[in-house]
Amino acid sequence: MADLITTPNIPNADDFYAELLAAHDGLEDAASNALNARLLLTLSNHIGDRKILSEALEVARAAG
Amino acid sequence: MLRGDRRYGERGLKTGATAGLSENKWERPVKKIFEIPMYPYARSTDQDASPRARHPVVIIGAGPVGLAAAIDLAQQDVPVLVLDDNDRVSTGSRAICFSKRCLEIADRLGAAKPMVDKGVLWNKGKVFFGDREVYDFNLLPEEGHKMPAFINLQQYYFEEYMVDRVKALQAEGKEIEIRGKNKVAAIGTHDTHVTLEIDTPEGSYNLDADWLIACDGAGSPTRRMLGKDFVGRVFEDNFLIADVVMEADFPTERWFWFDPPFNKGQSALLHKQPDGVWRIDLQLGWDIDKEKEMKPENIIPRLKAMLGDDVAFELEWVSIYTFQCRRMEDFRHGRVLFAGDSAHQVSPFGARGANSGLQDTDNLCWKLKLVIDGKADESLLDTYSVERVYGADENILNSSRSTDFITPKSTVSKLLRDAVLDLSEENRFARPLVNSGRLSVPCVYDGSSLNGPDEGQLPECSRVGSVLKDAPFEDGFLLEKIGGKFQILAINCAIQPVTTNGVTAEVVQISTPDEAMISVRYLGKAKTAVYLIRPDQVIAARWLTADSETLTTALKQAMGG
Ligand SMILES: Cc1cc2nc3c(=O)[nH]c(=O)nc-3n(C[C@H](O)[C@H](O)[C@H](O)COP(=O)(O)OP(=O)(O)OC[C@H]3O[C@@H](n4cnc5c(N)ncnc54)[C@H](O)[C@@H]3O)c2cc1C
Repeated sequence: MADLITTPNIPNADDFYAELLAAHDGLEDAASNALNARLLLTLSNHIGDRKILSEALEVARAAG
Repeated sequence: MLRGDRRYGERGLKTGATAGLSENKWERPVKKIFEIPMYPYARSTDQDASPRARHPVVIIGAGPVGLAAAIDLAQQDVPVLVLDDNDRVSTGSRAICFSKRCLEIADRLGAAKPMVDKGVLWNKGKVFFGDREVYDFNLLPEEGHKMPAFINLQQYYFEEYMVDRVKALQAEGKEIEIRGKNKVAAIGTHDTHVTLEIDTPEGSYNLDADWLIACDGAGSPTRRMLGKDFVGRVFEDNFLIADVVMEADFPTERWFWFDPPFNKGQSALLHKQPDGVWRIDLQLGWDIDKEKEMKPENIIPRLKAMLGDDVAFELEWVSIYTFQCRRMEDFRHGRVLFAGDSAHQVSPFGARGANSGLQDTDNLCWKLKLVIDGKADESLLDTYSVERVYGADENILNSSRSTDFITPKSTVSKLLRDAVLDLSEENRFARPLVNSGRLSVPCVYDGSSLNGPDEGQLPECSRVGSVLKDAPFEDGFLLEKIGGKFQILAINCAIQPVTTNGVTAEVVQISTPDEAMISVRYLGKAKTAVYLIRPDQVIAARWLTADSETLTTALKQAMGG
């Protein structure tokens, strides 16, 4: 089974980041938080692989 | 844009900060280059001429961009006059980072060697977040280029070497002149020419110009006098910029701090220039008292907090700036052409100001030469505006993104920014998202009306509209052999020169068994290739093979049809 990818994997990373910020344009903090949560769940579903999701949670917790 | 510039006196600042430097050290018997008049006022016969004198091309502004335009035109035997309200190079450094493309252009203009010799080469950097170093990097520049990816050099040296080049051209008998203390006070535009009113220490005079290039900087009086727009985004932030002279053993690296302990909630930058001068950028926030922040008693403690108490330093130049990302809608207005900061402004993150200004004149001057010689229609100059507006938009986009990352504008953008930085320490994937300025690379003129046919089998990096990528060639480099005129690269095939409208595209023959890097960058899997190159080293068209008719058609198109 595949491992969590922790090397750069998004082509045109700056474009992606700008699109991510643009998605939040004009939102109040609470609405932004809600958007982030929806995005997280959508991406998690796409990944699907439970092992990878657990590893990703671990990475996110460790970096804070 | 610089606001409230201030340069400290010869003796520097007599404060505790200079402790450790001996008296005579900070006395600085040697004047800085920007304290010496480089083109002092001298009366011109134009001031007594009647009827008034007429010049083919007048350039307003002897900054990096105006100087580049003047040299480029003089090299093509167009007589050129530069007017500047000052008589010396940029006070204080301003631009410090010059990109490969900018240096390649300066090389074609005969001024790059002293820049590269003097400049500081660097590839490494560190990123700090809070009190942690989150990662370091090495940019590992691509091999096989004559010019480095970029150098750090004070803007005043950059300008000095350009002025030296102007003087060398004068010595060769070229008609190129800089008039110091000649301030353009009024401009009258006509269908066939432009009339200028110029103030000098000895009163004012008028002259006519067939063409006017406005390189008069961000505050462009020309733009104002013509009543033209300048729209875009103003970033609500202030940066303290200090060039300090110190004998510190910081490495030759770019250090960038997000939210450091010595500048809470803001950012900071430390970068080396020649002569032991260091550039320090400290973000101050929006709601500040500029007058107060500019006082030495406020600046010194800020710098000491950053550098440590025991580092002796002297301030060379200090200023507080806010910045904007904006451009004119059109860079051509009849016989007036705008280039450099007068046409567009970006935030300094990514070093795109002077660098893109030289790309403007690179694009403009050959077109203007063809129009002046009657070999191309005036409408060719409209393609200058179209192509460089495209470049300006790309620069504005990139520098706006860097600015948004460095100074997040909302709670959520700060949240995401900090998340990227937190992740970047242990996870390489987050590092490409860290944006403290993206290296300036030339845009590709995709879709320009001057572009001829492209050939998809040839490498993507050399597609039509891109600047020719340098490569080792014979005993030097490809870009040394190309530029300043239309040329055809014939790789592994025999091609004859073609001529249209009195313009000839000469042939540079290359056989790749001897030229490995050219093969990679220009052939890929193909066996032969033909490239048509514009005078600004931009690829106008390319084929696997081409006959004279095909080449002539493309040459015509590259000259505006
Ligand atoms: C803090 C800071 C850092 C920067 N860092 C970088 C960097 O690392 N890399 C980079 O590429 N760029 C950088 N820039 C931008 C760079 O300094 C400018 O883009 C560059 O100077 C623009 O050149 P210019 O010739 O268009 O205009 P300017 O250099 O502003 O020159 C305009 C000239 O016009 C003259 N003039 C004005 N009005 C008149 C008049 N009425 N009559 C006659 N003459 C007149 C002025 O005296 C001046 O000499 C930085 C800028 C700042 C402020």
